[in-house]
Amino acid sequence: MTRQQVLDLYFMDARCKLIELAAFLDRVDRATGEADFRLAAFRAALGGLASDETGRAAGVLRSFSDPTDQPIEKATVKGAVGAWPG
Amino acid sequence: MRYIEPHGHMVSRTTDDYLDMVTAGCAAVCEPAFWAGFDRSSADGFHDYFCQLTEHEPRRAARYGLPHYCWLCINPKESEDVKLAEDVIALIPQFLDRPTVLGIGEIGLNKNSRNEVKVLEQHVDLAARHDQLILVHTPHLEDKLKGTRLILDVIKSDSRIRPGRVLIDHVEEHTVKSVLDRGHWAGMTLYPISKCTPARAIDILDVYGGERLWMNSACDWGESVPLAVPRTAFEMRRRGWSAEAVDRVVFQNPVRFLSQCPKFKLPE
Ligand SMILES: [Zn+2]
Repeated sequence: MTRQQVLDLYFMDARCKLIELAAFLDRVDRATGEADFRLAAFRAALGGLASDETGRAAGVLRSFSDPTDQPIEKATVKGAVGAWPG
Repeated sequence: MRYIEPHGHMVSRTTDDYLDMVTAGCAAVCEPAFWAGFDRSSADGFHDYFCQLTEHEPRRAARYGLPHYCWLCINPKESEDVKLAEDVIALIPQFLDRPTVLGIGEIGLNKNSRNEVKVLEQHVDLAARHDQLILVHTPHLEDKLKGTRLILDVIKSDSRIRPGRVLIDHVEEHTVKSVLDRGHWAGMTLYPISKCTPARAIDILDVYGGERLWMNSACDWGESVPLAVPRTAFEMRRRGWSAEAVDRVVFQNPVRFLSQCPKFKLPE
């Protein structure tokens, strides 16, 4: 695809998602109480978007990931929350 | 258009979904054993589930002219209880000769715990002893990267397993390369929020080529879209893929991998 074609197909969708991100951060600002580790992980991942290098999607996914390499002792929950609590 | 749904949990879906899938060109559906959304209390519950997967569900699909195949295992979400897992694994051999069983799956990891790894090793051993294909579930979200690495190591450490007979599912941008580099097949799951969107799955195809990749909806009892594969095929066409190139990914690739099991018949 040409860049023009990518823009024709995906610009409005990406624009919409970008505004959603901005609105999400505003919503978090307006809310009360303490945020948990997910907000810091989100802001850290956002930083990766400004990179000039390709591979941003993988970078965002990696930044949300558990970076350790040994199995945990025991699974006490079944679900995942989208960011590594540390 | 024709396509294969290589990963659908049809026991959780309605007959309307079967009708929609067949109408959209689905030529065969494959159903890995998975977690029911609640923990089964005994191995007997799995015995009944395996009967459902090998007897009842193929009959239900046949009413829509759709060949239905399955994979058997205890899902990693229920692998923390090693005794239960061992009891379930002991049940599986009696089902392996059934005509629609393709192999062992979807095994893998969920929270990357020691017991999950132990049960994964037992499943891999079972597959090796019975010369079965393997379908692997990789963990969700923040656990996927680490889990994929652990899974790849477990498989590599069993020299009886030929990499091309293993499909590692639910890959995303940060895991796909390591899976393909090891010689395995990779599956991309098209989910509305987690895993891959259609656009990202096609990006991955653009970057890594479509040689050993397939796409699935992994439709189940959660938020999922049974028609995700044909919708993604449509998006591929919008992005300039030829009909033949789309067919290679959504039909011929699953056929190539699954035909390694002689029980899988080329859909008409
Ligand atoms: Zn599944």
